[in-house]
Amino acid sequence: MADATSIQRPLTAASAPEADGAVELRGLWRAFGDRAVLRDVTVAVPAGSTLAVLGPNGAGKTTLLRVVATLLRPTAGEVSVLGCALPRDAWRARGRIGLLGHEPLLYRDLTGAENLRFCARLYGIPGDGAERIAELLDRVRMARRANELVRNLSAGMVQRLAVCRALLHEPELLLLDEPRSHLDPEAAGLVEPMLGAAPGRTRLVVTHDVKAGLAAADTVLALRAGGSVAYAGPVSGLSAGDARAIYGGAP
Amino acid sequence: MTRPSSLAALRAILAKDLRVELRTLQSVPAMALFAVTTFVLFRYGLDRESLSGGLAAGVLLATVLFAAIIAINRLFVAEREEGGFDAIRLAPVDATALLGAKAAALVIYLVVLEAIAVPAFGLFFLDSWSGIPPLAAVLLLADLGLAATGVLISSIAANSRARDLLVPLILLPLLVPVMIAAAGASQELLAAGGPSYDGVLRWLAVLAFYDMTFAAVGFAVYDYLLED
Repeated sequence: MADATSIQRPLTAASAPEADGAVELRGLWRAFGDRAVLRDVTVAVPAGSTLAVLGPNGAGKTTLLRVVATLLRPTAGEVSVLGCALPRDAWRARGRIGLLGHEPLLYRDLTGAENLRFCARLYGIPGDGAERIAELLDRVRMARRANELVRNLSAGMVQRLAVCRALLHEPELLLLDEPRSHLDPEAAGLVEPMLGAAPGRTRLVVTHDVKAGLAAADTVLALRAGGSVAYAGPVSGLSAGDARAIYGGAP
Repeated sequence: MTRPSSLAALRAILAKDLRVELRTLQSVPAMALFAVTTFVLFRYGLDRESLSGGLAAGVLLATVLFAAIIAINRLFVAEREEGGFDAIRLAPVDATALLGAKAAALVIYLVVLEAIAVPAFGLFFLDSWSGIPPLAAVLLLADLGLAATGVLISSIAANSRARDLLVPLILLPLLVPVMIAAAGASQELLAAGGPSYDGVLRWLAVLAFYDMTFAAVGFAVYDYLLED
């Protein structure tokens, strides 16, 4: 059986940083104190494509997303997001990125509608985004619960609101960290089309569902525990055995 | 989508904070209760029916200062625990909008506190209320200083596990100049026999200088403070 180290291979043309990549990472390192969480990560995500980020717990997937989201500074290496070099030009990239992470980024003592209006004001959406908010709430079937305090909603409902928040400003780059968390199959069916590939939208998707992740992706970044790259390249270059090996042989 | 002005972002964050405070009543009622309780303790601890001059100024200002710590400790709780820092940093707004909004919220909390605490102080300790109206200018300038410094320190402490300890430990020494200047002005205004205005303007100028200095420091460093 292949192990994680055996699938290390040179970057393919598809994965090497390109001039028109929406996200380009070259030799990215990120450490917390003395502990490196990401080690020499190099990958490029062309505009309009989807990158699946795979790896076991502790591989640095969430940290990678937070660096790309401009929320963490790279310790070393080059990071370019939507043509902006980070961290120097982070302010130019902000507002064009949508993040759906482990935290819903919603205030519990505001209602869902109040949270979304607050976000709309921060993003400068005309009319406080009233039309867009109504459309999104309707799509996730939360219109009737939109005026309830977030603290009184179930985790699944909060996640649906978090999807609305992430999409409110129609981001060019969508960063999704386990987007199906807390969602039952029906709710997952509602939000998946909203979070899916769309013209002009680049996506980075962190998932443990290897099969679904690969099916939706154009390229793959597989990280080992400890944050080094096991594989970076097109989906077609990764066999099912390689994918299993990323998780140490687990299915 | 257009990039909102810093003022629009500041208004949005301030409105959000005031809405949450009105809904939860987590800061201002606790501050007011603390202040009134402290006056009761001073009333019986000092065994005095009236105060004037430096002692009156000290009791009032120390009470307001410690009540302010309650609000300063809570200022970034929602941002820390509910992802507000990330939500705001993902948006195309200056970090200084967050600084300004939090400082404005704190000034509003302090003004509401003082609208309750100063009359209570008068009832407990003052023979004459003639020094109270001009005291408003001193308190407002002291509030601005508390807000400018408090928001900075609260931001630094927000992500620390020892934040409840860090805020008073770092903030109180920084606020010594505010206490000296505010007490210097207040003791003249609360003097026995009616307010005196000797030296009040000089102390007000010191307060204004402190406020401007810490506001400028805040605007200069806040972007860096919010980075990881």
